[in-house]
Amino acid sequence: MATIKTSIGRREFLKSSALAGGGLMLSFSWLAGCLPKAADELAMPNEWFELNGYLKIGDNGVVTILSPNPEIGQNVKTSMPMLVAEELDVDWKNVIVEQAPLNTAVFARQLAGGSQSIRQGWKSLRMAGATARTMLREAAAKTWNVPVGEVTTEASVLHHKPSGKTATYGQMASAAAKIEVPKEVELKNNSDFTIIGTSRKNVDGKKIVTGQPLYGLDYRTEGMLIAMIAHPPAFGLKLKSVDDTQARSMPGIKDVFTIRTFPEDYAQQWSDVTSFPDLVVVVGNSTWEVMNARKALKLEWENFDDHSIASTTFWGTKESIKVPGGLENSTQHSQVMAQLSAKPGTVVRQDGNPQAAFKKAAKVIERTYTAPFLAHNTMEPMNFFAHVTDEKAELVGPIQTPEYMEKSVAARLGFPLEKIDIQMTRQGGGFGRRLYGHFLVEAALISQKVKAPIKLVYTREDDMTFGIYRPAYHALYRAALDADNNLIGFHVKAGGIPESPLFANRFPAGAVENYLAEEWSAPSNISIGAFRAPSSNFIAGAEQAFLDEVAEAAGKDPIQFRLDLLDRAANNPVGEKNQYEAKRLAGVLELVREKSNWVQGQPGMHRGVSAYFCHDSYVANVVDIVMESNTPRVEKVYCAVDCGIVVNPIAATNLVEGGTVDGIGHALYSGLTFTNGTPDQNNFNKYRLIRQREAPRAIDVSFVPSTVDPTGLGEPPFPPVIGALANALYKATGKRYYQQPFLREEINML
Amino acid sequence: MAAFTLTVNGKKQEVNVDAQTPVLWVLRDHLNLVGTKFGCGMAQCGACTIHLDGTATRSCSLPVSAVGKMEITTIEGLSERGDHPVQQAWLEHDVPQCGYCQAGQIMSAAALLNENPNPTDEQIEAAMNGNICRCGTYVRIKAAIKTAAQLINE
Repeated sequence: MATIKTSIGRREFLKSSALAGGGLMLSFSWLAGCLPKAADELAMPNEWFELNGYLKIGDNGVVTILSPNPEIGQNVKTSMPMLVAEELDVDWKNVIVEQAPLNTAVFARQLAGGSQSIRQGWKSLRMAGATARTMLREAAAKTWNVPVGEVTTEASVLHHKPSGKTATYGQMASAAAKIEVPKEVELKNNSDFTIIGTSRKNVDGKKIVTGQPLYGLDYRTEGMLIAMIAHPPAFGLKLKSVDDTQARSMPGIKDVFTIRTFPEDYAQQWSDVTSFPDLVVVVGNSTWEVMNARKALKLEWENFDDHSIASTTFWGTKESIKVPGGLENSTQHSQVMAQLSAKPGTVVRQDGNPQAAFKKAAKVIERTYTAPFLAHNTMEPMNFFAHVTDEKAELVGPIQTPEYMEKSVAARLGFPLEKIDIQMTRQGGGFGRRLYGHFLVEAALISQKVKAPIKLVYTREDDMTFGIYRPAYHALYRAALDADNNLIGFHVKAGGIPESPLFANRFPAGAVENYLAEEWSAPSNISIGAFRAPSSNFIAGAEQAFLDEVAEAAGKDPIQFRLDLLDRAANNPVGEKNQYEAKRLAGVLELVREKSNWVQGQPGMHRGVSAYFCHDSYVANVVDIVMESNTPRVEKVYCAVDCGIVVNPIAATNLVEGGTVDGIGHALYSGLTFTNGTPDQNNFNKYRLIRQREAPRAIDVSFVPSTVDPTGLGEPPFPPVIGALANALYKATGKRYYQQPFLREEINML
Repeated sequence: MAAFTLTVNGKKQEVNVDAQTPVLWVLRDHLNLVGTKFGCGMAQCGACTIHLDGTATRSCSLPVSAVGKMEITTIEGLSERGDHPVQQAWLEHDVPQCGYCQAGQIMSAAALLNENPNPTDEQIEAAMNGNICRCGTYVRIKAAIKTAAQLINE
């Protein structure tokens, strides 16, 4: 057993206990009706005993575990409490899960991003469970007057085997609550897990399928008003004048005014990104009335000039973001990217002598790949509830970065942090969009102005045209083969508007003697940010499609070609900065080769393969395509995944399936283009997302058996499948696909 | 403003709203039935799907004045105890990720199975093509519909 110091001390636990007295449970004042009580619902205890900030035990044995992180569909609300429950040794049937309050003194890193929730919560969550279990054992030892070492636990029951004494957790909870928080606890050996590694269904499943209020948009309080904003129709514009005469006189309208989200002297942080700090606000009684009044606003806009914004990065460094004036066009973006790609970039990594390798090559392959801006398009549009009074600011809704936005709201309102209370709801998707919480600040300012509780609601059009988008990307690849078809040189030059997608130290870096990685970027006033698997979401597909062409030119099997390179990277790596484990990347390729029956092949299937490492996990894919009425259809996708220990197989499989569909969908159909600064797509009639008829008919997910500490799955399944898709499309159509979306004619048809 | 008497989940409800108000917002803002979701406002994503006399209908583009005497069923009224075969199958397959679109998916699936208790894969795809799932749970949705069909036919 591993002994681990409890990094959360007594003081913090007490602090959280005190908070519990004041309503640790989220007591949302949902006004919507409740369903009849289901037969399988747990009976509530008469009394709860708080053992630490993460959990409390009822006198009847029911355990409430708080899930610390924002739930955006990655299923942490089930899998994080599973880690606590495992070490507590509780019967999962007796567990109730609740969303934790924002309290980073107790819950570290309450953020949904980077596929890090499970990885970074792995120790702290287990420790919380183990701490409580130790307290229960010590209480039993004291009560029974036996050595604590003789007290064992199993599925919510304490045992003293020598005397035959037993007690349930419920019976011992009161005594355990009086025990000192231990300074050290023991964690289970992996082989003793009874919950981790077993499939546990979504704890909110029943509420979801019966339509109970869960999401930010569902939140309501008595006297709450609805607010909407009007923002400039194009990037590069700002508000010039407002005529709200008609809007004000419309039924149900309470007020029309302007807000400035961030004044010029406000020190922004990375999560404050917004292109439109000056907004017109309409507040009224109901959504429909506010929508109509907003249409009646007469607004004038004007161009803004070049300027810069002072901000702080995620890593805490200061930066000055240059924002050029002007109205941008996608056609110009393409031209700029082609021009910059033709010039030398900034060298990020160089191994050996790539220039010489290309000079003496028998064969040089050069290809260029592009991808457009993407909007996140969470199904639940941006929204937030705010009730700001002189005493405090209460905010409720969907946000991936509550800890950061708490600071922004506090700074903007001039309140101390203690006066800001942010509650996290279940979120109708995140994908990175809700890392950027300008809408919390907007909601707070609106509530402060109208002196009432309000819910700020974005329509789909607001959401899609006021985005923090995935940048537009461009990558040039060159490969040098010698006369024996050995890869002797590799060159990538990647860039984007406004940032580069390059990862210079990932495969095939480390596997090629002569290697050059360059990057470039061009400024833009279109706001961008993290989108599911940032940068990887483009560069993986480009690189894996390129390697397929190189393998073909070398006359090698695409899987064996990669494995040979990985063999080099594992046994005799080039350079020292390589950021992946070559053996694990090879491992998923070998697994997908076996599962897809790659060597024998699949009759009637056009197949492509890919593999990629990002966000600490490894994924390989084989995509099978069939042609139906001259249209490619993905028949099946094989996914081989190495994310270390799989905490919750049913949910992990779901997440891999979803990431796979999402990757395929965006690569085939999606893109956001601009004409004079205005997004050409503003709703799902023009912006294409993958639909049921286009989804793979089957997805086969396999995990590499592992004892390595778990890593995340929110992002890693998304990027690689794009390469396998492109390679399968080539087999199916005889055509290489270089520009995303691959089926762009579908966009043009609309 | 005008008064409308609607039958929602078997109960008569009176609302006083603008005649053009979409049923979606009548449900959400005026009747506190927030299970029906707002996704696009133009019948493109299916998140707002309800049953109108048993037929799957996008409530975001249906003016309240067009409902008349037709009966509205929402996700909250699909079954009394949340145990409609489609709901059971959804739980069995652990379909939802973020879950936001699933009420609409379930309402579309329930309407399909009501008309056609043994749909083929192609019929499922056609009936469900109007419901976007941004998390990409399509494979599970299809599997769950097949399970629900079995439950109905048992």
